[in-house]
Parts: sequence; C-alpha cells; structure tokens
Amino acid sequence: MYTKKKVVAMLLAGGQGSRLYALTKNVAKPAVPYGGKYRLIDFPLSNCTNSGIDTVGVLTQYQPLVLNEYIGNGEPWDLDRMNGGVHVLPPYESQAGASWYEGTANAIYQNMNFIRRYNPEYVVVLGGDHIYKMDYSKMVDFHIANDADCTISVIDVPLAEASRFGIMICDDKNQVVDFVEKPKEPKSTLASMGIYVFSWKKLEKYLIENENDANAKREKGEPWSKDFGKDIITSMLRDKQRLFAYEFEGYWKDVGTLDSLWEANMDLLSPSVPLDLYDKSWRIYSRSNYMPPQYLGDNAQVENSMIAEGSVVDGSLDFSILFAGVTVEEGATVKYSIVMPGTVIKSGAVVEYAIVGSDCVIESGAHIGKSPEQVPDRDKWGIAVVGHNVTVSSGKSVEPQDIVGENI
Amino acid sequence: MSSVNYNVLGLIFASMHDSNIIELTEKRTMGSIPFGGRYRLIDFPLSNFVNSGIVEVGVITKSNYASLLDHVGSGRDWDLSRKNGGLHLLPPYSQKYNGGMYTGRLDALRNIWSCIEHSKAQYVIMANCDVVTTIDFAPALRQHKESGADITLIYSKGMYDSKKDKSGTILEFNEDNTLKNVFVDPKISGECCQWLEMIIISKDVLDKIVHYADTSNVSSFTREILQNRKDEYKIVGYEHKDFFVRIDSTDNYYAANMALLDADKRNALFKPDIPVYTKVRDSAPAKYGLESNIKNSLIADGCVIEGTVENSIIFRGVKIGKDTVVKNSVIMQGTVIGSGCQVVNVITDKNVEISDGKTAMGSDLYPMLLEKNRVF
Repeated sequence: MYTKKKVVAMLLAGGQGSRLYALTKNVAKPAVPYGGKYRLIDFPLSNCTNSGIDTVGVLTQYQPLVLNEYIGNGEPWDLDRMNGGVHVLPPYESQAGASWYEGTANAIYQNMNFIRRYNPEYVVVLGGDHIYKMDYSKMVDFHIANDADCTISVIDVPLAEASRFGIMICDDKNQVVDFVEKPKEPKSTLASMGIYVFSWKKLEKYLIENENDANAKREKGEPWSKDFGKDIITSMLRDKQRLFAYEFEGYWKDVGTLDSLWEANMDLLSPSVPLDLYDKSWRIYSRSNYMPPQYLGDNAQVENSMIAEGSVVDGSLDFSILFAGVTVEEGATVKYSIVMPGTVIKSGAVVEYAIVGSDCVIESGAHIGKSPEQVPDRDKWGIAVVGHNVTVSSGKSVEPQDIVGENI
Repeated sequence: MSSVNYNVLGLIFASMHDSNIIELTEKRTMGSIPFGGRYRLIDFPLSNFVNSGIVEVGVITKSNYASLLDHVGSGRDWDLSRKNGGLHLLPPYSQKYNGGMYTGRLDALRNIWSCIEHSKAQYVIMANCDVVTTIDFAPALRQHKESGADITLIYSKGMYDSKKDKSGTILEFNEDNTLKNVFVDPKISGECCQWLEMIIISKDVLDKIVHYADTSNVSSFTREILQNRKDEYKIVGYEHKDFFVRIDSTDNYYAANMALLDADKRNALFKPDIPVYTKVRDSAPAKYGLESNIKNSLIADGCVIEGTVENSIIFRGVKIGKDTVVKNSVIMQGTVIGSGCQVVNVITDKNVEISDGKTAMGSDLYPMLLEKNRVF
C-alpha cells in the first residue's frame, strides 16, 4: 500500500559532467563538492525537503558509487520517510531486457512504475548540477493556477549569453509559444533552468509516445532521441498543450564547466551575490563528516574565505574556500582557490586561481595556477585544476588552464 | 575500531557532579554543557561507547534534562537509533525511598535497575560526563575479563595537586594491581593515579551491589563499595594513557577548552579514525570577512567572523563584527558580538548578545561568565 502523493520529484543525476573532466573521473557530476561542505545534489534535495516534497527519485547511471553512498537513506535531508523518501533509481534489467538510460526522458520512462506507486498529480523534474534556492511548491501552485500541462522554470539571462541556453518564447500571460535549444539569434532572454512541473497523466502519455516514436525511428535507422527539452517539450508544443514559463528571480548558477564551478564557489565570498547559506529559513543540508572545529594557527592570515570543519590553517588564505579536513601549512599561500576535502598544502607551496581536488598533496615549492595579471595573453589565462588524489611534487607547477589528473 | 559488542551495556551519568559547576548547570545537566567549539560533554562518553562497539547505552539523568534530551534525540547522530540495543534515556522516577531524586550512583542504579536487568549484556561500563577523553573500552574490557576482576576502575597516572585541582578521587593499587586505597579529594600533590570515574563491572556483581544498596539504603558507590567493602570484591585498575581533562569548576572548564589549542592535546582527543559524534546542525562553513584576523583559535561551522580573534574557542553559529577583538575567550554557540567590542578572558554562555562598542573583560586568573540568552 502506498499513500498517494500530490507531488513526486524526479532528479536526473546520471550526468557524466564530462566538461568537469578531472573532478568527475570517479564521481557523477551531482556528487562534485561545492561551497566548503556541500555536493551539488544538496541543492535540489534541500529545495525538495524545504518545499514540502518528501518523495524523490534520483536517477543515477554514471559512476554511482559515491553518489549512492552520499544519498544513503536520505536522512541528512530529512528524506528518510516511512512513506516516500529518497530512492536511488539506477538502470535495471526487466523481462524486456536491460538498458541504460537513453536520454533524460527515457530515464523517467524507465521508472514510471516508481512514480505510479505514489499516484501523484504532479511530477517535478530536476537536474543535479545547478546552484540555487527555490521553493518548488510555489512553482506547483503557479502550474495549478494556470491549469497548465507543463510549467518550465525560466530565468532572464543577458542577451549575449542567451544562445548558450534553451530559450522560451512566451506570450504576455507567460504561456510558452515556442522553445529553441541554443538559438544563434535568440528571440527572448528567458532561459530554461531545466526544472519542470508536469501534470503526471500528461507526462506519462508523452513519455510513452516519445519512447515508441524514438524506437520506431531507431528501427528504421533514422535519427532519434529521448530527451526532455528536445522531444517532450517540443511534442507538447506541437499538440498545443498548455505550457507555461515560471520566472525565477534569485541566484541560479549552472556549474557545467570548471570555470563556472570556480566562479560559483567564488560567488559565495562576494557580498553582492544573493545566495545566503547562513539563512536558517532555507537551509541547505548535507551529509556531515564528524570532524572537530577548524584550527587557525599563530601564523594564519585568513581573509575573505570560507573554511569547513576539521581544517588546520597556519598559512595565508585569501578569497578561498577550504573543504573539510584541509591542511594549509605555515608558509603556504592559497588565494582565489577552492581546495577540496583532505588535501594538504605544504609549507612554501602556492595555490592561486585554482581548483584542487580532494586528498591531494601539494608539496613544498609547488606552484598551482597564476593570476590573470601574470598572463599577458588573456586567452591563455584560466583556472588551473588538480584532480582528486594527485600529488604535485616539489618544484612542479600547474599552469593556468592546465588540468592535472595524475601525479606530477 | 571495534566490531559491535552486544555483550556490554554502557551507562552514562549525565548529571554526576552537576553541583561542581553550578554556573553552567543551572539550566542544564553536566552532559549538556557545551565544550570544544561544537560538542556537549556527553558527546565524549557516547562516542567512546559507540567507537568501542558498544551500541546499547543508557543515559541516566536527574534534573534539568530538557537540553540533554534535545541534544541526544533518538541517538541517531551517534548511530544509536537501533533495534538491537540503541539509546535508552533514563530520567528519574519517584520511588518511595527517594522521592524521584537520587543522591549517588547506587541510588540512581537502584532507580533504573529494571532497565539494566532487561539488558542481555553481561558487562556494564559506567562513565560520567565531567571527564573528557577519547578511550577505546575494548582493551580495558579484555583486561577485565582476563584478570577475573569483579570491578575494573579506569584511571590516569599524572600530576595531582589539591591546591589546583578542586576535586579528584585518587586510587592506590597493590603490586598485583588490586585496589589498595581510595582517597576522595585528598590534600596531596604529586604523581598519582586519578580515577576517571569509569567503571567496568560484571552485571551479576552489579546486581549484588545494587541489591545490597537497596537493603542497606546506601547511595555512594565510592564510599560504600570502593572504600568500605573493597575486600569483598576483586577490584583492579586499568590505566588510560591518553590526554584527559576533568571539569569541576568554571575556571578549569575554561582551561579545559583552552587546552584544545595545543595540537598534541587536540590530536589526542580528536583522532582521525575515531570520530567524536555530535548533533548535526547543518550550518554552513565558517566565513571570514575582509579584515578578519585570527590567531591560535578553534572555530566551528556556521560562524561569520569579521574582526580579530586570538587564543579563543568559538562555537557554532557565532557572529563577530568588524573592529572587534575577542581574546582568550570561550564563545558559546549563537553568541552575537557586535562591532567595535573588546571581549577578553570571557566565557559567554549560549545566545549571548554583546552590543556594538561594549567591553567585557575578565581577569586572566578568573574568566568572566556571561549568562545564557542575555543581552549586554
């Protein structure tokens, strides 16, 4: 017996995050660390629990070990429920055979039975790679008030950036009249945030239709896809279904690239960025790692930074974020950088404009990254990246834009 | 790390010696006194049990235990929310001989005997909250079994000075490690064995002792058993060699916190593979502002620090404003210190507010204590 739920959330967490390269070699993108103590997936999971959504399916596929372990029984997000709660949904084998998820729509299609058990009115579809705080219940209310079949959350982006996004063209009542994926000449600046509310019966119908169409095309050797934006939304628009754009105002950051991940972390140190992690009315929850408080030593010089528990800092730190259990020895310098859990920066090492992965050792005299001023050719500057579990030996340097995944 | 041991019941006396530190226990138990930036004193015995594989733990409370119940909850944060074993909260209930208020360890044990009796464990380990240390009970238990002891007392060898240490129970052992003498608060100084008030006892022995206490109406374990009747039992010692602090006054509470600024002591208490568990509060990492300047301090999550902090312990969610100097102080959780303040040699209890420009100064001999929830 399952209790009927008004809303079930489906979180697409299968992404490889190939543009995050060295940081996603062994972990799925939603498990990438962020903001000193979080992983990306903490944001949609916390938003769900804060929005009163207590039933969440997390669709995993790529490198799920860390992500599965992290989600566990959902207790950190208050999603360990007798009815509902968080469920990790990997691809599985059925009588019809086994298949990997073949696109975002197919991932949900393969788990329709999970959704059906709760007989929901609405399904919220979320991604696992954005940083934002959002009350999904308001979006569901908006969906209901408009008698919509699908509501897509949008954010107003600068015109210059609009061609990077899926762009919604709306009428004056926010009803979507057209949707263009990454348009060369954008007709609107309302970008899809990859957050959808569907009336479940409608979504179910279109998922089945898409699945059958795509499979038929595949058999005929035609190009096919099973994707939300490309297929489901387009088909619904074609059929004149009621699609509405829900405009979100506030901080929203896509962390699809190493540069944007670095920027999104740096945003936390900027007083002008409206993402308040200290706001108790909308907490972002994460799995705790039970470390003692951080210790700042006699030689520490710490400014404009965030530091998580268990770190020991006796060096100099400016505009940086240290995750749990990081050591910055006396005489080490870290600035404009992100250092992930368990990494040791030895005395005399310099880390600047860089992302250093977890459990690395940056030996004395190693130099990671350079400031933009030190690089005359602006195109050659970018953040330097050291992957997880990497030792950078004494005297070695990692240049801007370099990505190091092995010991050097 | 030890595997799960269902054969031991852990008992924590959450209120033992509350009256030693009345300034901090007026509205809470000894066990719920905040300590070390993010902990409560009870986190140490609870974590010691759990890390030793002991997963059935009773917490004996006496009075003012609302904050303790709030802190431990179902025991989930210590992995003690279980079907086999788990956490038992044992508040007092009124019996004809004590009116619900017990006066000693034996009294408390009489009160909760039915709970102990129902446990399947053959051994009981008892600990207080006023001794802070990290200990693995497994080797002590092994020694207890191998030596055929009825009672094992865990002690630490070190300097004791009755002029400095306000209280303490000193143990003397025979050459065969059996108990020779017990001195409560003796006027001595020098190296000796200080009891950490941890007891390993076989349950059938404890049964006899509690039955004796019941029929004889006695309440003090130390006096009635360890001192007066020690020849009736085989009582041996087990030396715990790691760092410990015993908290029995406001000034040594302050000193015990400050001791954590010493890396060796801190590392003895917080070992990388032996976590000290506490209630999860989901605070963001600590944030340091543009002109912050921090030296030799322990700082917990959720703090926002814009001023100067030196030689201090800053608990979770504390805010310290610009141009403020906090020195040699213990600042408990939720304290908000405005800008342009001077706070030196001070203990602020929870949720104290110090307004802009105010000065709070204790002496280096005796810290100033600012009461819980007060605005200054």
